[in-house]
Amino acid sequence: MRFAVITFPGSNGDHDALMAIQMGLGQPVELVWHTETDLSRFDCLIIPGGFSYGDYLRAGAIARFAPVMESVRAFAEAGGPVLGICNGFQILTEAGLLPGALLRNASLSFECAWVHVRVDNDRTPWTRALAPGTILRLPIAHGEGRYYADDATLERLEREGRVVFRYVDADGRVTPEANPNGSLNNIAGVCNERGNVVGLMPHPERAYDRLIGGDDGLRVLSAVLRAGVAAASRS
Amino acid sequence: MQVTPEILAEVALTEDEYRLIVERLGREPNPVELGMFGAMWSEHCGYKNSRPLLKRLPTSGPRVVQGPGENAGAVDIGEGLVAVLKIESHNHPSAVEPFQGAATGVGGIVRDIFTMGARPVAILDSLRFGPLEEPRNRYLFHGVVGGIGWYGNCLGIPTVAGDVFFDPGYSANPLVNAMCVGVARRDALVRARATGPGNLVLLVGADTGRDGIHGATFASVEDPEKSHRGVVQVGNPFLEKLLLEACLEALESGCVVAMQDLGAAGLTSSTAETAARGGVGIEIDVAKVPRREAGMTPYEVMLSESQERMLVIVEPSKLEVVEAIFRRWELHAAVIGRVTGDGMLRVLEDGRPVAEVPVRLLTDAPTYVRQGREDPEIAALRNRDLSAVPDLGRSPEEGLTAGQALLALLRSPNIASRRPVYRTYDHTILTNTVLPPGEGDAAVLRIKGTRLGLAVKTDCNPRYCLLDPYLGAQHAVAEAARNVSCVGAEPAAITDCLNFGNPERPGVYYQLSQAIEGMAVACEALGIPIVSGNASLYNESGGRAIPPTPTIGIVGVLDDVTRHAGLAFASQGVVYLIGPAQATLGASEYLALLHGLTAGSPPSLDLELELQVQRAVREGIARGVVRAAHDCSEGGLAVALAESCIAGQVGGRFEIEPLIEANAGRLDRALFGEAGSRVLVQVAPGDEANLIALLNGYRLPYLRLGETGGDSLVLGDALAISLGELRAAWSSGLG
Repeated sequence: MRFAVITFPGSNGDHDALMAIQMGLGQPVELVWHTETDLSRFDCLIIPGGFSYGDYLRAGAIARFAPVMESVRAFAEAGGPVLGICNGFQILTEAGLLPGALLRNASLSFECAWVHVRVDNDRTPWTRALAPGTILRLPIAHGEGRYYADDATLERLEREGRVVFRYVDADGRVTPEANPNGSLNNIAGVCNERGNVVGLMPHPERAYDRLIGGDDGLRVLSAVLRAGVAAASRS
Repeated sequence: MQVTPEILAEVALTEDEYRLIVERLGREPNPVELGMFGAMWSEHCGYKNSRPLLKRLPTSGPRVVQGPGENAGAVDIGEGLVAVLKIESHNHPSAVEPFQGAATGVGGIVRDIFTMGARPVAILDSLRFGPLEEPRNRYLFHGVVGGIGWYGNCLGIPTVAGDVFFDPGYSANPLVNAMCVGVARRDALVRARATGPGNLVLLVGADTGRDGIHGATFASVEDPEKSHRGVVQVGNPFLEKLLLEACLEALESGCVVAMQDLGAAGLTSSTAETAARGGVGIEIDVAKVPRREAGMTPYEVMLSESQERMLVIVEPSKLEVVEAIFRRWELHAAVIGRVTGDGMLRVLEDGRPVAEVPVRLLTDAPTYVRQGREDPEIAALRNRDLSAVPDLGRSPEEGLTAGQALLALLRSPNIASRRPVYRTYDHTILTNTVLPPGEGDAAVLRIKGTRLGLAVKTDCNPRYCLLDPYLGAQHAVAEAARNVSCVGAEPAAITDCLNFGNPERPGVYYQLSQAIEGMAVACEALGIPIVSGNASLYNESGGRAIPPTPTIGIVGVLDDVTRHAGLAFASQGVVYLIGPAQATLGASEYLALLHGLTAGSPPSLDLELELQVQRAVREGIARGVVRAAHDCSEGGLAVALAESCIAGQVGGRFEIEPLIEANAGRLDRALFGEAGSRVLVQVAPGDEANLIALLNGYRLPYLRLGETGGDSLVLGDALAISLGELRAAWSSGLG
């Protein structure tokens, strides 16, 4: 399966995603510069973390205008698996490919820590084969990760089971203490209606080796391999 | 030109120095030239006071690939790789505008590393502030921590270690020392040496503005609050990220002759230093420098300290390739001049000469050897008799108890959990962090594609250095080395940042010279070279200097990164103290916090014992015998035990009678006294014989303290406190 990692000026998680796919999954992967428009050679896309364009306006607000984003949109609309991580999640919400927005953390400060998230939806290509209720330990590192959506959107997301990851304690309970940024309903990640586009604030691409604190991230990144059949049938 | 004292004061040159310039130049300098001399002959750029003393430092060793004199030092770490390291102060700007001051400090030190062709892998910060009870100090503390996080997080380089200390002596003069470590292939290391007359000089990155003019000069005078306003630079980490990637790509292409970042004294120092290293001249035309504002004079362009700029030397035939790389990263690259063979730094404006000075005159600042004399007040503090300090009470009626003292120490901002700081720093990015902040005495990073690991840390106990700068500096070196040894790494190289007051005062000059001597002796004894460094003098306000602070930044190497140790106790195991049982209250955190006394002599230090303790700990970790290791520093043995228990979420029952006996029956010294060369280690219950054999092999003193288990820390009959209470106290100190 061929992975693309989209690099914007200011992306800084691109290399980690590259390493996770190469070293952790052993799959072919390329960095794709933001000016490229042809994504036809890829089976799935990762929009990595970082501070695209410095995030000086609003996280992800400028990246969505990059030339590559039209192709990302087409890829997503064709059902291709897309994963937005951290700043990548912010870019996908700014681009309207995912609902909601990411606001400044409730603590008003950057938060770097290992947290627990629970898989609440196993129908996306990035969570297939992970039983609902599976608890993953992943790092977070963000200043603007507080998930917000209006009441109607939130209600719909919950009703349709589109909350993919939720911050929980080590035993899988949704508690205020387990919520690192003040996200509504402890939401750590959501998907689009079709389920092929997933965004999350935690960093699965930084958790691919026990030596660096854990390898639960590989369970997310490798899920798409099992979903590979579905992606291949797209073309 | 009519030179008045006011003009000289503006460029911070003395009348003698002005006469020297006239004599060496054979004429009077024009205003542009005078400004350039002022910047280059400042302490910050010219090391006028520290250079003669710095000669004393050991800078060579089998691992050294690049010693002092370049943008950063480099040591061989095996497998064809080098670690590149440098620390630098940004004290004066941070005193005025803490957020931007600290942020641009990080930006500057990171540029020093990638200029060498190394990929930056870690940022560290050594910080000093006045007590947090004062609102101004809280503002400085939060601003500095915020600025470091903002810049480093955006840049995508993990901030993994450092140290922070609070003392009233830093109230008007906080210290911000930023360190960066990078990794490069040994054969790809680049030097900032301009060569080849006819080669082109490019200026890359940010446009040049009026920010920071005279920053280098003002970093070399007293009272930052008054002098520094208006010269603080503003950082742009996004631009720096582009610059970082573009410069590494350009260096990798092999089309770059030399690269130099623009830091203090901007274009003046970067052109002069690259030319001096290569033994050539450089001619630039300021009209070709891209500006961010109109109407700038040649003087302003030459002395601007606008951030995120690089000077790049390329052969004319390679220009197109290099320009294309910078263009791809959406960066300006303007050809502003060329390398010449005449050894002159020539500045033109639209082709008209505005300054013309031999490079050597600029880089060869005069040096001063002064007469130092210890301040008698400090000698009196050191010689103070501490036997009058009452010992701890065995019950509350008898005065302060051991339990109360331990909780107070755990709450002390100098000891408490650093999590409120490091949680705001991205320390997992780049996926190399094996031991993150808080889990070991140093941070450990892996190097992908190898079995190697790096351990990094900064250290300096300013209270020790105040009371005895010679001994205190030795402790700073020893503790830094001990910290990397406690995670299993062999100390490989040091980068130092000398933060002192005004060296023109005999008391401060004494501190500076004694501290350098102490560092030199300790580095020689422990076999660790100093490969780079920085001096920040004139850290004083209203005639009061900061405590002498020779910050030590250290890099250690693990041949097998999987064989490392953290400081957390496992739930089952036996704990030993390696090193002397005897400790002192002199210069201790206990004495300062609970008796309000900064007095007494710091602990004595036996460097040979120190070396053997560190070797034994490393061997124990490498052989898998030692499961956890933790240095005993501020707060003494009881605090170190508490920290390892809190980290491991396990209690323990430990014997203290032998310690009390070794400390003349005093409980305070036994529990909270400080000493060098002491490490707590934990071994599995079946491994005690192996540990003892190892320690006997090194002829080391040791004590079996007891076993971990339960959920309370019990120290003989002196104290028993639940883990929850310990954790609550320890977590609240900086929260």
